[in-house]
Amino acid sequence: MRRTSIEPTFQGWREAARGLLAAGVEPRDVLWDEAEGEQPGLDLVDDAPAAAVQATARVPRAFMALAEAAACHSDAERWAILYRVLWRLKHGEPRLMEVAMDPDVHRMLAMEKAVRRDVHKTKAFVRFRAVEGEEGTHYVAWFEPEHHTLERTAPFFAERFASMRWSILTPRRCAHWDGSALWFSEGVPRSAAPSADALEDLWRTYYASIFNPARMKPRAMKSEMPLKYWRNLPEAELIQPLMRDAPARVRRMIEEQSKARPPE
Amino acid sequence: MEVAAKLSILADAAKYDASCSSSGAKGRRGGAKGLGSTEGTGICHSYTPDGRCVSLLKVLLTNYCIYDCQYCINRRSSDVRRARFKVDELVALVLDFYRRNYIEGLFLSSGIIRTPDYTMEQLIAVAKTLRREHGFAGYIHLKTIPDASPELLDEAGRWADRLSINVELPTQENLDRLAPEKQLVQITGAMGRMKERIAEAKADAAPRRTLPRFAPAGQSTQMIVGATEATDTTILHTASELYRGPELRRVYYSGFSPIPDAAAGLPLIATPLVREHRLYQADWLMRFYGFEARELTTPKAPNLDLGLDPKTSWALRNRERFPVDLNLADREELLRIPGLGTRNVKRILAARRWHRIRLADLARMRVPLKRALPFIITDDHRPRLLNPDALDLRDRIAPKGSQTDLFETAFAALHGEL
Repeated sequence: MRRTSIEPTFQGWREAARGLLAAGVEPRDVLWDEAEGEQPGLDLVDDAPAAAVQATARVPRAFMALAEAAACHSDAERWAILYRVLWRLKHGEPRLMEVAMDPDVHRMLAMEKAVRRDVHKTKAFVRFRAVEGEEGTHYVAWFEPEHHTLERTAPFFAERFASMRWSILTPRRCAHWDGSALWFSEGVPRSAAPSADALEDLWRTYYASIFNPARMKPRAMKSEMPLKYWRNLPEAELIQPLMRDAPARVRRMIEEQSKARPPE
Repeated sequence: MEVAAKLSILADAAKYDASCSSSGAKGRRGGAKGLGSTEGTGICHSYTPDGRCVSLLKVLLTNYCIYDCQYCINRRSSDVRRARFKVDELVALVLDFYRRNYIEGLFLSSGIIRTPDYTMEQLIAVAKTLRREHGFAGYIHLKTIPDASPELLDEAGRWADRLSINVELPTQENLDRLAPEKQLVQITGAMGRMKERIAEAKADAAPRRTLPRFAPAGQSTQMIVGATEATDTTILHTASELYRGPELRRVYYSGFSPIPDAAAGLPLIATPLVREHRLYQADWLMRFYGFEARELTTPKAPNLDLGLDPKTSWALRNRERFPVDLNLADREELLRIPGLGTRNVKRILAARRWHRIRLADLARMRVPLKRALPFIITDDHRPRLLNPDALDLRDRIAPKGSQTDLFETAFAALHGEL
């Protein structure tokens, strides 16, 4: 059994995986270990010759793209799965990536999908709050991604809000944009984020008005906007009251409509 | 009147329009001085308990209207409160919401005030101000008024990502009864003209522009379902014509639901949401699965089966075409198998060059086996031939209780997996 300690990033995994592959270490003989913030534990790992480490293992592009996404998943088993797929690609199954229903490929696909969803929900549910300061308005959001996705999501915000100054604060990492550069810092507690924005009342007014009480599909809502996001959405406090009042509102509409009609 | 009060009235007035999508615009960014961007697929920023997404700020510029469409809450004879946004008020609201990441952009519609041309000019003024004065590169969907002059419709397309005109009802006879001012020919005529403009712009568009050239996300429309006795056959036929002729990107189906101060010609009960859902499923089958409108219903059953999805219904009516061998059949045949979505069809086609398909593979890909099994052959599964006399087949595979099914499949419909 070979204990392999890596920095828990795609880069960290890739370097270690290259070495292991070159040294012919089988997947079942590797124990992956995450060393947050440390240098890759070279002394613990690698007795492979440096030249072998340099040798680039040629793998399908589909694997690289998928592996880079799956590496952001919070499942600690991801490093082992990635290495197992890499191993199989290099040992007799070069077309493995095309077999989506293979158990290992399927797990990679599922992790990639979860990461993609996390990125998408971040783009959707981040809510900026305006903070006035000496340098003008700073838009600050608090968000809790499920996976290690902030680095993947931040460029989207930099592009969309290029002319604004903004920060997205999360428990693990924070992303900042000052109008020209994107940078990251350590995570912070929720209390570091602003707690309100004057515009949120207007936003709630809109949310309440666009809801149609005559059609209730709360499960469809929850499948797309799971409960875990609600605590950081200013409009979510309206969900319960809107649902509670809906049946009475519809009853009133129908009563008034039937009153206005001549008896048949 | 304060902006909050106007917003409350004019969002309420807009909520009966089912369209919410912010998709179809090509990648675009506003740059260092502007604001906003679009991607190919839109983003839903919130969901309300009616299950609909909130992607765009969907409002009317005003709910005053000179028309008297019976199904519409804003018709001239309705007793609702009226309001009207000033152009600058609405522009500020869009920018404020957008900067806080509440929305992808604006979906602007309006009651008809004074004349169709005057109203269209007002809508254009909002879009133009956002684009020109604020460098706004977010999504704009403008409702166009078919009676407005062609020059104004052309200008609307210059500022908008998507244009739409609601046909609302599937036949002219229906319109005559409930929307006497609306002419189907005029609506489809305007759509046809827009189609030409969109095609011209696409032919010489440079990639990745700051602002749209001409409605890059195409056109959409909406039909109200259940306000008249029009059958699903009629509705799907009209939809199919709209996809084929003016090449609409989306047709939305909005189950009729009671509105405050409704007109006397309307039903008192809401259309079951499951009917609307079945129409969306049928619509997906027409757009992505190679089905023709005429295959989806029969003269004997002109409405879709509420208890069963339309693809399974079709398969039960065409039993001689099954079972289909997953290791041999071509794409068109695979797409017709109940429970098999486009993505899984693609995966099966790619994988079977290296791998024999077995039931465990399907289970892993979340294919609903109960529904699919009678219709497929794999290396480890060969159903008895589907005997046309096996009358209990529908009962064996249909979900118990149509409401449960609605919720189970709502997700599937959204993602186009049938």
